[in-house]
Amino acid sequence: MVLHQSLPESEKLKSGTNWLNEFLGTLWRPDFVPDWAVPLTAVMVGVGIVLAIASLATMFSTWLERKVSGHIQCRYGPMRVGWHGFLVPLADGVKLLLKEDMIPKGADRVLFVLAPALVMSSILGAMVAFPLSHEFFFADLDLGVFMILALSSTTTIGVVMAGWSSNSKWSLYGSMREAAQVVAYEIPLGISLLVPLMVAGSFNLIEISEAQAGWFGMHWFIFRNPFMIPAFIIFFIAVLAEMKRAPFDLPETESELVAGFMTEYSGIRWSFFFFEEYTAMFLFSCVTAFFFFGGFEGPPTHFAAQVFGEGHLVHQLTAFLTIAVKGFAGVFLMMWVRWTLPRVRIDQVMTMGYKYLTPLALACVLGAGVFEVLWHWGVDA
Amino acid sequence: MTLPEGATTATGEREYLVDVRTQDMEVNMGPQHPATHGVMKILIRCNGELVTGAQPQLGFLHRCAEKIGENVEWLQYLPYTDRYDYLAAMNNNLGYSMAVEALMDIEIPRRAEMIRVICAELNRIGSHLIAIGTYGIDLGAFTPFLYMFREREWMMALFEKICGARLTYSYIRIGGVFNDAPPGWLSEVERFCDTFEKAWREYYDLLMMNQIFIKRTADVGVIPREMALDFGLTGPMLRGSAIDWDIRRDMPYSIYGEIWEDGAFKIPLGSGEMGTLGDCWDRAWVRITEMMESVKIVRWCLDRIEPGPVIADIPKVLRVPAGEAYVGIENPRGELGHYLLSDGGKIPLRCRVRGPSFSNLAVLEALLPGTLLADAVAIIGSTDIVVGETDR
Repeated sequence: MVLHQSLPESEKLKSGTNWLNEFLGTLWRPDFVPDWAVPLTAVMVGVGIVLAIASLATMFSTWLERKVSGHIQCRYGPMRVGWHGFLVPLADGVKLLLKEDMIPKGADRVLFVLAPALVMSSILGAMVAFPLSHEFFFADLDLGVFMILALSSTTTIGVVMAGWSSNSKWSLYGSMREAAQVVAYEIPLGISLLVPLMVAGSFNLIEISEAQAGWFGMHWFIFRNPFMIPAFIIFFIAVLAEMKRAPFDLPETESELVAGFMTEYSGIRWSFFFFEEYTAMFLFSCVTAFFFFGGFEGPPTHFAAQVFGEGHLVHQLTAFLTIAVKGFAGVFLMMWVRWTLPRVRIDQVMTMGYKYLTPLALACVLGAGVFEVLWHWGVDA
Repeated sequence: MTLPEGATTATGEREYLVDVRTQDMEVNMGPQHPATHGVMKILIRCNGELVTGAQPQLGFLHRCAEKIGENVEWLQYLPYTDRYDYLAAMNNNLGYSMAVEALMDIEIPRRAEMIRVICAELNRIGSHLIAIGTYGIDLGAFTPFLYMFREREWMMALFEKICGARLTYSYIRIGGVFNDAPPGWLSEVERFCDTFEKAWREYYDLLMMNQIFIKRTADVGVIPREMALDFGLTGPMLRGSAIDWDIRRDMPYSIYGEIWEDGAFKIPLGSGEMGTLGDCWDRAWVRITEMMESVKIVRWCLDRIEPGPVIADIPKVLRVPAGEAYVGIENPRGELGHYLLSDGGKIPLRCRVRGPSFSNLAVLEALLPGTLLADAVAIIGSTDIVVGETDR
């Protein structure tokens, strides 16, 4: 990882797999292996790491969901498989792989098979832009946030495809609701994100995180500006709606639409939708942390940097653990909301998105802009 | 092109196909659908999310209960009554036993009457817990359901202690109850009541006063007073529309008259507090408030119960004098009526059951058109039907 730092600026490709590339380049290899195989292998390994991070986050989240819901509902949740049911996600995975993979008779086979793949690949694509620490990342994109938002919205297309191709009326309802809901909530989501973006002045997640490093790692955007708190609340609500999490789980409402767009899916294909949901939960919790709660920054990261120096392995590890803890705190909050609140109705969802959240988000942008100009005039702008 | 004269759709509407670009969609809600609380089918016509027609279709759980009643002995029919409304089996036992007793003119021991009322009211609590809990699930709130199951579990354990069964009790017999309460049972009921009163506050705050719950149920599925009377609704469905009718008070049976005279309980009525009178919230409120009234009735009985026999002396093979009797009791879901006709033999000549869920279900067809699909689920949930009883 330090290798990446040591590269001259001109050769510094913005990719976290550079150190792997260099490492592989130093190894002996047979003559018949061409040069381009080295970066390719490095990228493949990088993809593997992204996939592993996403899978681990998903597995942990599914376990957390069971335990959180269990303890909220006066029961234990899983207790048998492993310590406090810790291995239940693995057992689940095996079960889902072994289940019969059914495609309904009247279904559009191509779209039906493609839909879960699209959903899964979109969210994994979004995960690529998620940095694990200051210097360990797959792709350090200048438009990282934009990429996460854009690619994670693509999952909607997969959901609509799934609903349409299933040849089931319940599925169709679910996917239509999803389309309407995502269109309505993309707007407040984007606008409320403008408030921290305005302060940070960058789309790059690592730079956004570094902008919050002051005050012993507690100079988080949420404390910086009184309009950040409403912006955070709007963003959080919009994220819940984007991700079809309760109380906005209208596309899959198990009591109305059986299982919504997932009604006809089974086995591993069905689990892809779940994978998407839990990865998106983690990813968006991390994005929330980057924009409002300091990202990598926090007292532990600050002191790790002080003691071991910037870029030291311990500093990187602390940064990674900080963002992971913040991400799972967000995931926990989403679960808490899900297991407490009833579901809202589709017209209420639309009313809330268009009539309240969007104007409020715009007001936040205006207020935050004015506040920044007046308060931080000449200070750090 | 139009359909031939007289051609109608399943929901009874004329269908015109002249220059129609869009078409209403017919959706089968059920027989296997989470919102129908059992195997019932509701054929729904939808224009997008808007429901334009609905028709409940029954019979998936038909078990010929009434016909069986004409073929088995008086005592043997009792277990079948457990199975109409399996959530309130004690009340069903009570209704049938009282109908037979009305034909026979036997004296029920005082202690038996007390235990009957305690059991019936405990079962009313358990039944309403399911009603409110599953209503929460219909609206997407899963947690209150499990909170309610916590108390219901204790209630079922109490029944298990007194009669050995958890769901189909057959405990209230013709002439009294099967056996006396085991030692310590009555004091455990008292402790249950204490705990329940605290837990009730939890349900009320968590579910009934939840802003989203109120938004989903207030002004939804409004049943005006006239409509409630027209459809012959009974029970909480009727009282949700503020019609003051409760058989326990107005046609008192068992010892309810005495309890009412003593002022031990009240009849909660819908008030339109959160929206319009007779909306889903009012019905849910009537149910949840009735549970507290049931606790008061149980406490009244516990204070006054005295030792004594629990079953009248009735022969093993019952021969009921010729005649007919109709006894209606206040089941958790409304009026459960048993009409029995006897020719003096060992088996009834006719055993007719009036199930409250069946009558209450009819209102769906009038209530659902014009609502959103999500509201339809809320309305179906608020009628609180048990399919075992609609089909029998």
